[in-house]
Formats: sequence, C-alpha cells, structure tokens
Amino acid sequence: MALPTYTTTGQRIGYYGFLFYCGLVFFFLIAPIFIIIPLSFNQSPFFGFTPEMLRLEPEAFSLRWYRQMLGICREDDIITTVCTNKWMLGTVNSFIIGLSATFLATTLGTMAALGLSRPNMPFKGLIMAVLISPMIVPLIITAAGIFFFYAKFGLVGTYTGLILAHTALGTPFVVITVTATLTGFDTNLTRASASLGANQLKTFFKVIMPLILPGVISGALFAFITSFDEVVVVLFLGSVDQITIPRQMWAGIRQEISPVILCMATCLVALSITLLTTVELLRRRSERLRGIKLRN
Amino acid sequence: MSQAANNQILTTDGIPLKVSLKKAERKNKIRAFTLVLPLLLFILITFVFPIFNMLARSVDDKQINTVFPKTFEIYKKWDQSDLPSEEMYATLFNEVITADGRQIGKASTRMNYSKSGWKSLIKKSKRQFKKIKEGPYKEKMIAIDKRWANIEYWKALGQMVDPYTMGYYLNAVDLTYDSNKKIIQQPEKRRIYNSTWWLTFEVSVLVTLFCLILGYPISYLLATLPLKFSNLLMICVLLPFWTSLLVRTVSWIVILMQKGIFNSILVWAGIIADENRMQLIYNKTGTLIAMTQILLPFMVLPLYSVMKTISPTYMRAALNLGAQPMHAFYKIYMPQTIPGISAGGLLVFVLAIGYFITPELVGGSEGLLIGHFIAYHLKTTLNWGLCSALGAILLAVMLVLYWAYNKIVGIENIKLG
Repeated sequence: MALPTYTTTGQRIGYYGFLFYCGLVFFFLIAPIFIIIPLSFNQSPFFGFTPEMLRLEPEAFSLRWYRQMLGICREDDIITTVCTNKWMLGTVNSFIIGLSATFLATTLGTMAALGLSRPNMPFKGLIMAVLISPMIVPLIITAAGIFFFYAKFGLVGTYTGLILAHTALGTPFVVITVTATLTGFDTNLTRASASLGANQLKTFFKVIMPLILPGVISGALFAFITSFDEVVVVLFLGSVDQITIPRQMWAGIRQEISPVILCMATCLVALSITLLTTVELLRRRSERLRGIKLRN
Repeated sequence: MSQAANNQILTTDGIPLKVSLKKAERKNKIRAFTLVLPLLLFILITFVFPIFNMLARSVDDKQINTVFPKTFEIYKKWDQSDLPSEEMYATLFNEVITADGRQIGKASTRMNYSKSGWKSLIKKSKRQFKKIKEGPYKEKMIAIDKRWANIEYWKALGQMVDPYTMGYYLNAVDLTYDSNKKIIQQPEKRRIYNSTWWLTFEVSVLVTLFCLILGYPISYLLATLPLKFSNLLMICVLLPFWTSLLVRTVSWIVILMQKGIFNSILVWAGIIADENRMQLIYNKTGTLIAMTQILLPFMVLPLYSVMKTISPTYMRAALNLGAQPMHAFYKIYMPQTIPGISAGGLLVFVLAIGYFITPELVGGSEGLLIGHFIAYHLKTTLNWGLCSALGAILLAVMLVLYWAYNKIVGIENIKLG
C-alpha cells in the first residue's frame, strides 16, 4: 500500500506510526512462540539466556534437555537431574487418544455435515446449535459435567472415557469445516452420478468425498489439535498414570520446573507449523477446486 | 404422465404428483436426519445430558433425604421454638445407627454446609451411639455431646428437608441461609465468590478491550494490504492460534518471570535496577498479558473477515468530499466494522470468562478466576453441589452472551483458519 504523492508530512508520520504499531503487535503475537526455541538448547538448567549463550559460545548450547525428554538419562559429565520417561509416555498417550478421537469425530462429524447441508433438513438451526455446543461451553464446565456423568459408569480414569470426551470436543470443528466446504457444492453432481447408475455409497466415495476432502482433512486436523492440546478434561477425568503431553507440561510448570518443558514446547511449535501449513495448502486447494467449478 | 379428470397431475404409477413429491420429500428428510442422528445422539448422551445432569446436581438435596427420611418427616411437624421431642431424637438415633457408613458420611458433609460442626458431631456420636441400648435417647445423646442440646443445629436441618435446595446458588454469590431459613450474607471471612465473579468479569472486560486495541489496527492492515503481504502476515495471527495453549503459557512465564527475559532486557538497558525487577507474573498483570496474546487471534479473525468486505471507495469518497482522514475513518469506516467488533469482542469475552489453564498457571493467588473454584470444589473439597452451582451460573452467562452473538453474527458463521 504505497502512499499517494499528495499526502502531507503529518499523514506520512501518522501512517508510519501506524505501521510501527502494527509491527509491535505482530511481534507481541509471534515472539513468545519463537523465543522458547533457542532457550530449549540451553546447557544450564535456567529458563533464561545465559551470558555465554548471548555471546554464541558453542559450549553454552546442548541437546541435554532433549535427551532427557527422550528418556535418555545417562549423562557422564554433568550433575544428574531427575529423569523419567514420562514425556515419551505422554507422547504415546497423546497420540493414542488424539488419533482415536480424531477418527471418531471425523466420521461422525462428516456424516452429520452431509445431512445438515441437505436442503430439506428439518430443525436445522436447533440441531446445529446442539452439535456446536461442545465448542461453546467452557472446558471447565464440560469437564465437571462429564466427570459427574462418567463417575456413574466407571469411565473416569479410562482411555475410553478420555477418547469419548475428546471426540465430543472435536466434532464441532469437523461439522463447521465440512459444512463450509459443502456450501456451494453442486448437487447436480450427485444427481448425475445417480442417473449414471451409481448407488449412494459409490456416489459418496467417488464424487462427493474427493470434492469435500480438503474440508474433511482440515476438520480432522482441528479435531486432532483440540484433543492433542486439551488438558482440563484430562486433568479431571484421567487417572494418575494417564499422562498426556499437555498434562505433563502442566505438571512440569506447577512442580518441577525444568527446561525439558521448553524442548517439548519447541516440538509442539514445529507440529503446529506443520499443521498450519497443511491446513493453508488444503484451503487453497479447496478454493481452487471450487474456482474451477465456477468457471465451468 | 397422464392427466386425470379432476385436473390432478399423476405420476406414471397413477399416484397424484403432489402426494408422490411429498413422499419423496419425506424420504429425503428422513435420509438427511439419519445422517445427522449418530452425532446428534452422541453429543446428546455424552455432552448435553451430563451438562443437564450437572445443573440438576446444583439444586439436588435428595441424598440426605434418603438417609434421614423418617427424621425429616417428624421434623416438618416441629415448631422450632424449643428443642425437638424425644421422638425426633429417637428417630435420628435409629437412622444414624442403621445407615451405611458412606451414606452417613455424605449426609453429614451436607449438614456441615448449613452449619459447621454437624460433621464432627455425627462422626463422634456414631461411635458413641453403639453404647446406648435403649431410651430415653434425648438425655443420653445430650450426655454424649452438648451440641445435641443446641437448637441452632436442629434449626439448620430445616434447609435440607426439601429434596431441592437453592443453598448452593446462594453460596455461589456469598449468601447463605440462617438458622431460620432466611437469606443472609455469608460471614465476612467466607465471602470469596462475589469478589471472584467481579475479578473474572474485570479480567474478561480488560482482555477484550486490550484485544480490540491491539487487534483493530492489525486487522485493518491485513485487510488493506495486497494479498501477497497480508497472507504472510496472516501466518503471524494463525500460528499462535494453532500453537498449544500450554506452550504459549510457558513462553510467557519464561518472558515475564523476575529473572526472565523482559526484566533482563530492562535491567540491561538500564531502565530498572537489578534489585527491583518487576513482578509481572503470578498476579493479575501476568494473567492479562498472557490472556491477551492467547485470545488476540479470536479478535483479529472476525474483524478481518468483516473489514475485507468493506469497499475502499467509501473512504475515498469521504476524503474526496473534503473530510479529514481521521474524521472520515471515524464517521465512515468504523461504523461499518461494528459487526466485526461485536463478534470478535463477544468471542474473546466468552472465551476469557471461562478460562482456566492460563490464569491458574500465571495468575498466582490473587489472579484466581471462577474456573479455579469450580475445579477446586470438583477435585479438592468434593462440594459438588457448589461446584455445579458455580458452573451453572457461568453457563447461564455464556448462553446469554452466545444468544447475543447469534443475533449479531449467527452461530453458523463462525469461521476457522
């Protein structure tokens, strides 16, 4: 956005001031995420930059905390610190719960979105409100409600319980993204497919699915990250040994503050960058697909 | 297709077209509904029902009624002017003796909520009662513990005679019943919830305000820059959105703690002395800073999508007609962004008011919001009635706000990414 030639000096100053302010806000948004990356390579057990690190001396950096995170505890030269493989356990648990919940949420959510997008769906608004409610209700209330309910059926402290709870939390995202992809979906395509002799199932897998796939995948990724990042429900419903990554981070912040947290945080930032890139690419692909359709 | 005598259009199999269409329509409806049904049932069973169950729990007083049914039956006839009759003492005695240990424990906890001392009285008495073989129970019970002769204890039972109570809701706003079942304020030292509600409200309003102040300009920039730049900058908004909440909380702890990066920079720059580093975390300041950064994307995304639709020609026209840029902005541009402001503002406020993790980790003891007390009563004190009542009030506030949100932008217009 270049300034026109007729702007006054005052306006120029104002505009650059505005840009500077925006720069600060972007910095405020993004800096906290990246600042932990160099810190995770810290040699000393501190949460800050040592003078050696600022002088970029190679000895000040190490993979020490990453080794601890991976559960490799043999360290010859330095003081021993408490070392467990809880982080790896947490990673495995997070993936088990996350992937199962994502699978369930995506299946149920996509089906529901397909139903909701049909023109003759009865009580659409009401049903939509119910389906989206897990996203709206604060997690702490959800956790309390589910805790009381699960206590009756002995589901507290089980993987089934956690997976079901995370599925419920993830479905709104799938419903929203898939419904969004389905707006502007050309229903003539399904009619064409039916008139050419394909049955419902075949039409779904051969015609509908390829077109809505970007939406389904982004919905699935949203559901996955929701489960993967969720800690409140796990704190209340999980048993002591059901450690997930966020729960271990929570415990780490509250009890034994150690730079291993920063290592895990760095890994999570890497994961979020990957997921963000994937979702962005999918969104563009989806837009392109629809763009082609419009041109025809 | 054939035409019948009465001008009705028929399909090939002779059924009137209207009927046939209606049938097809109904079939489609059922088909659409069948697709939605699994998820609808799933959400209803695993989510909506538990929430309603929790709401029911907040007024529920049935448990104690199952432990002392006969006592309460007699209690209803008691005139509350003098100590109860021998009959009531005897019934209570029997019910305490025969009741299951766990049930009586729960019941005495409930009794303790209305008058502290009940729990220890019951516990002590249950042990001693075994020695009493026959009446008169009244004197023997008073001999065990003088509190049995205190009419206040008996009066406190009056709150529990009904299977439903408003007691937990009263407690949730620092009120309570006195022994005559009149609503009074809690004693000074037990008043914690009203101030917490206010703090939660204050933090949410401030966070919303900060998000607006920080989010408005960058949304404007994102909406007006050419696409290739704005796409790049959009990543700065979306990346925090995708990054784990705990990661962002950890980074704020690292930045804001006393020996943290922010203080160190200030010391290095000579702005503050090394010995008076600022306390920026484990208090309200920390909560505000961290929550603002965490919730900022939720302000920017709705604002951006509204600003993107505003045509720049209006501003140009205003400037062309001689308006000062600031004046034109205030009069022309800003009113058009009101939907975005209200959508983003509501979203941030609603998310902030129910926040638990971040205030808990960076708020310290003075920054505890209402979420903390819900968790505290759920896991530590096990006062589930109060926990549910606090949750129900919070939920009611949320629903009202979402209703407003729905009126303004429509719930199905929530956009992600």
